[in-house]
Amino acid sequence: MELAFALAIGALTASGVYLLLRARTFPVVIGLTLLSYGVNLFLFSSGRLVTGGQPIIGSTSQYSDPLPQALVLTAIVIGFAMTAFVVVLALRNLADNEDDHVDGYQSEPKSRKKTEDAEVSGK
Amino acid sequence: MNHWLTAPIMIPLLGGILQVFMGYAPISLRRTLAMTTTVLMLVSAIILLVLADDGSYRAYAFGNWQPPFGIVLVLDRLAALMLVLTATLALFCHIYSIGGADEGNRQFHALFLFQLLGLNIAFLTGDLFNLFVAFEVLLIASYGLLMHGKGTARTVPGLHYVVLNLAGSSVFLISVGMIYSVTGTLNMADLALQVPKVSGENLLIVKAAGMMLLVVFGLKAAILPLCFWLPKAYATATAPVAALFAVMTKVGIYAILRVYTLIFGDQAGELAGLGMDWLFPLALITLAMGVIGALGSESLKTLVAWQVIISVGTLLAAMSLESEAGTSAALFYLLNTTWVVGGLFLVADLISRQRGTARDRIVTAPRMHNRTFLSTLFLIGAVAAAGLPPLGGFFAKLLILQAATPGTQMAWLWSVVLGGGFFTLIAYSRAGSIVFWRTVDGHVENPGKLSGTVSVSAGALVALSVVIVILAGPVTRYADATAAQLHNSRAYIEILKTPMVGEEN
Repeated sequence: MELAFALAIGALTASGVYLLLRARTFPVVIGLTLLSYGVNLFLFSSGRLVTGGQPIIGSTSQYSDPLPQALVLTAIVIGFAMTAFVVVLALRNLADNEDDHVDGYQSEPKSRKKTEDAEVSGK
Repeated sequence: MNHWLTAPIMIPLLGGILQVFMGYAPISLRRTLAMTTTVLMLVSAIILLVLADDGSYRAYAFGNWQPPFGIVLVLDRLAALMLVLTATLALFCHIYSIGGADEGNRQFHALFLFQLLGLNIAFLTGDLFNLFVAFEVLLIASYGLLMHGKGTARTVPGLHYVVLNLAGSSVFLISVGMIYSVTGTLNMADLALQVPKVSGENLLIVKAAGMMLLVVFGLKAAILPLCFWLPKAYATATAPVAALFAVMTKVGIYAILRVYTLIFGDQAGELAGLGMDWLFPLALITLAMGVIGALGSESLKTLVAWQVIISVGTLLAAMSLESEAGTSAALFYLLNTTWVVGGLFLVADLISRQRGTARDRIVTAPRMHNRTFLSTLFLIGAVAAAGLPPLGGFFAKLLILQAATPGTQMAWLWSVVLGGGFFTLIAYSRAGSIVFWRTVDGHVENPGKLSGTVSVSAGALVALSVVIVILAGPVTRYADATAAQLHNSRAYIEILKTPMVGEEN
C-alpha cells in the first residue's frame, strides 16, 4: 500500500509541476489542481497509513491519526476556492488579451490578425 | 485567558461580514461603517500593545481546548507591534480609499477588512497550520483587492501573483505535513519543545521541512529569486491597495522571525540557526537587486515597488545577524519603512492624477497645480526611504550598521547597505527632478482636484517617519525589549501550561 500511495503522490506532483510550467492558463490551472491533489494525499500520509484503525487512542492497538484528516479537509476547501478564483482570472485574462497565454501576449502577433483582415477585405 | 486577544480578529471579521450584506446600501453608510471598523481595530491593537508591554505572554485557547491540542492565539510584544503597525497603515489607506478609490466595486470595503482579518490572524496565531489558514485568508482577499480598479492592466500581474502563491501554499502544506509526521504537533510552543529532541533520520526530514518553510516565507517576503512578481503587481494595483500591500511582504518577514527564533532558534539543538547562513547573502543580493530595479524604473509606482524589495533585503540582512541588536534594529526599520513606502504609493498616485496622460511615468510634463505640497511630501518620503538624516530611515540604518559584528560580515553589510543607500538616493533624485522640476509649457486638461481626505492620509503616512524620530526613545526601548523577548523564547513554551477556564484556582 505504501508503494502505491507514494507512486500516486509522485505521479500527481510530477504531472502537476510539469503542467504548472506550461505557457497556457488552462494547463496551469489543471497543474495546480493536480499539485493540490498530490499535496493533500501527502498531508494525509503524515499521520501514517493505517487501515481499519479507530481514531481514538486506546480503543485499538493501531489507531489512525484524525488530525491530518482535519488538515486535509481544510486544505481541500481552501484549494477548491482558490482554484475557482484562478479559473475566473484565467477567463478574464482570455477576455482581456484575446489569448490564454500566461503572459497575456498574442501568440502569433500580427500574422493571424492579418489573415483575418485579408479574409474580410477579400470578400 | 484574555478575551481581548480575539478583538483584532473579531472586529474586522464582523465589520467585513456586515459589508458583504451591504453591497447595495448607500456608499456613505458603507464608508462610515468601514471606517468605524478600522478605527476600532486600531484601538484594540493599541490596547493589546499596552497589555503586551509588560513582557509576558498571553494566550487565548479557542473553545477552551488546552494547547497543544487546540488552536491558540498568542500575544507578545512582536505580535502587538505588528498589529499596531498594520492597523495604523490600514487606517490611512482606508481614509485615502474613501476619497474615491473604493468606487466601482461594491465589495471593496469587505475585501479590505478581510485582508486585515487575515493579517491579524497571522500575527496572533501560535499554531503553524493556523498560520497557513491565515495566509490563505489574507491572500484570497488580496487577490480580490489586487484586481480592484478599472482597465485591463492588472489581469496578467494578478494571474502571476495568484498562481505563484497557490504553488507557495502547496509547498507550505508539504512542509507542515513533514513537520507533523516527525513531531506529531503543529503548535509552535510544542514544536519548540519537540524539535530539539528530534534525532537520526528524522532530523533530515525536519531540516528539509524547515528549509521549505523558508522558501514559502521567502516568496511572501519577496526575497531575490522569488521577487519578480512584486514590482508589476504592486505598480499596477490601485493606490490604497498598493499602500496596504506594503505590509504584505512584512508578513513573510514576521513569519521568518517567529519560526526561526522560536522553533529553529538557539535552543533547537542540531537545527539551531537553520537557514540563517543562506538568508544573509540572499538578503544582500535582494537589496542590490532592489536598488538596480529602482534605478531602472520608468514610473514612480514601480520605483516605490522596488523600494519594497530594498526594504525586504535590508530587514532580512539585519535579522540574519541573529543578535538582539540586529533584530531590534530590524524592528525599528520595519516601522519606518512600512509606513513610508505606504505613504509614497499614495503620493505617487496623487502626482499621477495631476499630470494628465503622463501619469506617474518619470517623464517631463506640464507643471502640476499642487507642486509645492506634493514635492514636499515626495521629498520627506524619499529622504526617509533612502535613509538620509534627519528622518527615521537614517537612524534605522545606523542601528543596523552598528549591530554587525566586525569581520567579513560587517564588510559585506556595510558596503551593500551604504552603497545601496547611495544609489537609492540617485534613483529618487532622478525621479524627483524630472517629475517636479523639468516641466514643459502647456497645461493638463482636467487635472484631479486634491481633496482633503486624500491629502491628509498621504501626508500623515509620510509624516509618521518624522513622528518616529521624535518618539525614537520609546520606540527603540520597545524594539529592544521585543528583540530580547524573541531571543529568550523559553518563556513562550509556558503558554502550554496556561490554565483553561474552569481550571483556574
